[in-house]
Amino acid sequence: MEITKKQFKFNWRRLLFSALVLYVVFLIGPIAGLDVPAIVANIQSNPSQLIQFLIIGISNGAIIAIIALGYTMVYGIIELINFAHGDVYMIGVFTSLTTLSLTGTLTSQDPVRIVLGLIFALVVSVVVCAVLNASIERLAYRRLRNAPRLAPLISAIGMSFIIENIGLIWAGQSWLVPLFGTTGGASQKSFPDMLGILVKLSGFNGGDVNLFASTPLFTQWRLTLNVKDLLVIVLAVSLMIGLYLFVQRTKLGKAMRATAQNRDAAKMLGIDIDWVITATFLIGGGLAGAAGLMAGLYNNTAWWFMGFRAGLQSFTAAVLGGIGNIQGAMLGGFLIGLLASFSDGYLNARWTNAWVFTVLVLILLFRPTGLLGENTTQKA
Amino acid sequence: MLELKDVHTYYGNIHALKGISITVKDGEIVTLIGSNGAGKSTTLRTIQGLNRPRSGTVTLDGVSLEKMEAHKIAEFGVAQSPEGRMIFPRMTVMENLEMGAYVRKDLTSYKDDLEHVFSLFPRLKERINQKGGTLSGGEQQMLAMGRAMMAKPKILLLDEPSMGLAPLLVELIFDIIKKLNEEGTTILLVEQNALMALSIAHRGYVLQTGEIVLADDAKKLMKNEDVQKTYLGVE
Repeated sequence: MEITKKQFKFNWRRLLFSALVLYVVFLIGPIAGLDVPAIVANIQSNPSQLIQFLIIGISNGAIIAIIALGYTMVYGIIELINFAHGDVYMIGVFTSLTTLSLTGTLTSQDPVRIVLGLIFALVVSVVVCAVLNASIERLAYRRLRNAPRLAPLISAIGMSFIIENIGLIWAGQSWLVPLFGTTGGASQKSFPDMLGILVKLSGFNGGDVNLFASTPLFTQWRLTLNVKDLLVIVLAVSLMIGLYLFVQRTKLGKAMRATAQNRDAAKMLGIDIDWVITATFLIGGGLAGAAGLMAGLYNNTAWWFMGFRAGLQSFTAAVLGGIGNIQGAMLGGFLIGLLASFSDGYLNARWTNAWVFTVLVLILLFRPTGLLGENTTQKA
Repeated sequence: MLELKDVHTYYGNIHALKGISITVKDGEIVTLIGSNGAGKSTTLRTIQGLNRPRSGTVTLDGVSLEKMEAHKIAEFGVAQSPEGRMIFPRMTVMENLEMGAYVRKDLTSYKDDLEHVFSLFPRLKERINQKGGTLSGGEQQMLAMGRAMMAKPKILLLDEPSMGLAPLLVELIFDIIKKLNEEGTTILLVEQNALMALSIAHRGYVLQTGEIVLADDAKKLMKNEDVQKTYLGVE
C-alpha cells in the first residue's frame, strides 16, 4: 500500500510537468508550424505526400538507427554517452566524399567505375570511423574508466568539439572536398547524388531514378521511390541483421553482452574487457562510417556541424528505444526518422530539433527505460 | 597447488587483508571461515586478480598470479562462483554456461562437461532456455557453480554457495561440492556456514578482520573451543 501511495504522489508531479510541457507546445506550436487545420487541409488536398514523407522518414530513420546503435552499444558496455559519436559520423561523410573525389569517382562517366568507387568509399569510411572511434576510447575514456561518471562525459564533449573542428578544417581543403562554388570550411558542401548519376549512366530502369515511375499506381499518386531510398533501406537493414546475428551468435558478441551485464563476472570468466570495449567502439564507429556514406548519398550534403543534429536525433532514438538495447535503437531510429520527416514536411523544418528534444524530455519523464527497456532482474 | 604468502590487500585506505598466508594442495577442499567483513571475499578477489595485493605473493602451480591480468588468471585455471552469484541476467542458462567455457581452447569434451553439469543440477537442464535473471536464488547459485565448472579450472573458488538458500538446498549444494572434490577438483570454499563447511573440508582457516587467527585440519577446528563459540554457536 505504501508503495502505491508513493507512486501516486509522484504521478501528480509528472502530470503537472506534462501540463506545463503541453502549455508550451500549444504556445509555441503555431510558431513551430503546429497548425492543425492547415495540416489536415494539406493532407486532404495531397494525400500522396503523406506516403512520400513516410518513405523519406523510413530512409532517414534507417540512417539514424545505424548511428543510434553506436550510442546504445557503447552505453550498454561502459555506461557512457559517447557525445563524439555524431561527429564520428560526420567524419564518415567527409571521408566518403574525399575518397570519392580522390578516386575520380565523382567525375567518372563509367558505371562500373562508380560502383567500385562507392564500394571502396564505403570500406574506407567504415575503417576510418572504426579506428577513429576506438582511438577516442583509448585516448579519452579508458584512463577515466574508474573515475566519477562526470569526468568521461566531459571528456566526450571535448572530443566532440575537437572532431567538429577537424571537420571544419577538412571541409576547407579544396583538394580534399570539392567546393562546387562554396568557399571556406564553414559552409555546407554538396555531396553529389552518385546514385542518381549511376542510374542515368547505366540506363537501369530506363535511366529513371524513380524505381516504379512507369507503374500506374506511382504515376497516379505522383509517388517516388528512388534508387537511393531503396539502397539506404536495404543496406541499413542488412547491417542491423548482421549486427544482431553477430551479438547473438558469435563468441565476441556474447562476450560483449556478458561484459555489459556484469563486468566483474566477465573478467572472472577470462574475458579481456579492454579488447571487448575496443571491439565495441570499432563496431560502433564502423556503423557510423557506413551511415556517413549512406547519409551523404541520400541527403546530398556534407557539413562540419551535421554530426550535432544527427547525434541529437540518434541519441534520442537510442533513449526512446531503451538505451543499451540494440533492437530498441533500431525501433527508435525509425520512429525518430518518421517524426523528423513529418515535422520537416508538415510543420517547420527549423523546429524539427525542438520536437525531437520534446520527445527526449517526455521519454525521460514517463518511461526512462525506453520503449523496449531492459528489465534488470539481477538480484534475486 | 595454490599458495598465498603474506598477502596485503587494500580498498583505498582500508587495510582489508593484513598479511594472509594460505595453501591449497591439489585435490583438497580448504575452507575459509569468518564473519562478515573478515576479508573472505577479498581473498578470493585477490586470487582472481580483481583486487591487487599491495604486497605478498599469490602463486598457482609455481606461477605467480599477483601481476597477471584478470582474464589471464582465468585462462590459467582459476574459476570462481562469486559472492552474489553474478550470473548474466539477460542471457539464457545455456549461454551462461557457454560463457563459463570461454577460456577453454580445447572444446572436445564440451558436450560431456555440459552433460556433467546437468547431471549434477538437473534443474538447470529444465530451464535451459530461460533467462538467468528469471531463476530463483537457488537456481542462480547452481548456475554460478555450473558456469565455473565449465571452465575446467585447476582450482575452483566458491564464495558463500549457501547464502540465502533453504536448508534443504544448502545440503544439496554441499553434497555436490563434496562430489566435485571426489572427482578431482581442488576447491577453496569461503563460507559463513562454518559447520557445513568444516564438515566437508579437509583443512580450514579462520579469518578475523583481515588476519588468519587459526589454521588446522577441519576436524580439529570443529572441536576447537573458540571456533565452536564464535562460529558454530555452541555454548
